[in-house]
Amino acid sequence: MAKKELTPAQKKYQAKVRQIEPRPRYLRHAFLAFFSGGLVCVLGQGLIDLYCWLLHLPPEKASNPAAATMILIGALLTGFGVFDKLAKYAGAGLAVPVTGFANSVVASALEFREEGLIYGVSAKMFLLAGPVITFGVVTAFIIGLLYAIFQ
Amino acid sequence: MGKKTGKQTYQLTNPPAIISTGTVVGPFEGRGPLAEDFDEILTDIRNGQSSFEKAERSLLIKACRLALDHAGFPSTQVDLFLAGDLLNQIISASFSALDLGIPFLGLYGACSTAALGLGLGTLLLDGGFADTVLTATSSHHLAAERQYRYPTEYGGQRRPYQQWTVTGAGAALLSSTGEGPRITAVTFGKVIDLGSTDPLNMGAAMAPAAADTIIRFFQDTGWEPNSFDLILTGDLGQFGLELCRQELSEQGFDLGDNFMDCGLMIYDLQKQDVHAGGSGCACSAVVTYGHVYRRFLRKELNRVLLVATGSLHSPTTYQQGENIPTIAHAVRIEA
Repeated sequence: MAKKELTPAQKKYQAKVRQIEPRPRYLRHAFLAFFSGGLVCVLGQGLIDLYCWLLHLPPEKASNPAAATMILIGALLTGFGVFDKLAKYAGAGLAVPVTGFANSVVASALEFREEGLIYGVSAKMFLLAGPVITFGVVTAFIIGLLYAIFQ
Repeated sequence: MGKKTGKQTYQLTNPPAIISTGTVVGPFEGRGPLAEDFDEILTDIRNGQSSFEKAERSLLIKACRLALDHAGFPSTQVDLFLAGDLLNQIISASFSALDLGIPFLGLYGACSTAALGLGLGTLLLDGGFADTVLTATSSHHLAAERQYRYPTEYGGQRRPYQQWTVTGAGAALLSSTGEGPRITAVTFGKVIDLGSTDPLNMGAAMAPAAADTIIRFFQDTGWEPNSFDLILTGDLGQFGLELCRQELSEQGFDLGDNFMDCGLMIYDLQKQDVHAGGSGCACSAVVTYGHVYRRFLRKELNRVLLVATGSLHSPTTYQQGENIPTIAHAVRIEA
């Protein structure tokens, strides 16, 4: 991703572009993301409590079926074509929780259905989620290593 | 070089006529302010096809058939089919050519394809190499999203300067004889790079290319901006048009209210939530072959300069950190 050095004419024009190009409404986005992300977490907590009570699990164990349920909800909303409409307003509020991960996998899987199960769905399923998984695994490995050395 | 005027412009001795056009748009475009000027508005964005690519192709074929039907012209009598689109290897155009069975020249000019096709067709006709040329182009919102950006159901947020790829197809039948608005001059543009790297802000990337071609046209022909009823850029959008206006003004060309962009005309920017306007090959094609062409027929327009703009990057080039090269081609259409 080497960035090329801009010529003076290019620099001058890009300065004009920056002047005219509208900024996203960060404050509004931040508020909506905070609010919707909070709602997602309340729902998640509700599910944990529900599974604690229903399945007689300790809270640490109940969070697994709760996360799976949130993934299922995210996947279903994607399949029904609702997720992208909600995410338009919620932004990071839906993208950062596990619902966003579910959306990125299911959206890719659906999109490439027409190219077949092998070259389409399974090859392209992690198109967007791939970097998350890669960085997640690499970070976990480094932290684990540090933990093992300094414990 | 008898027909070339100045550096990049061709003035035609036997200007060909656009004898008929065909336009098809998607349901969303059908709710826009120009809805009445399109031949056909789809109720289903997939048009009954199993993929978005097949849907786009079906639109292109339909637009071509409409143009041929309107002129009462069988496809077997058309000399050449000049077409292009945005999908990799211009598959919409090639597969349409297979269906139509007309000798085919595939074009790639990204969203400038409408003017590229009109310009090249005009030269072929004026040069006596053909009597009838069909030129067409198409784009499909969801096929473009999937190729250039994200899967269509992915929940991302759009930037305020982003544009909305038009779902539609436009075709024009050009003839060296016959009646209709005539193409009297063509200016082919140079590839311009003023350092834009954001593929979501194509209006800003393409504005300098549009300005360059417009200035070149005026310098080559000696025509003035106010000799046109309409100077129409392809798909610069709200901010691209403003940047282009600024660039032109700095070079001493002050364009007035007759300077507009197809991308701003096809949607209602207030109500349709498309952010900075429309884009895509079909944007300039359906606005020109639908709205502008009908206004020519109603004698509301006499002279129009169409400047279709194209962004020539690919997902690979911008991921590798390259700037976005852009182009604009201009055709002068006169009643």
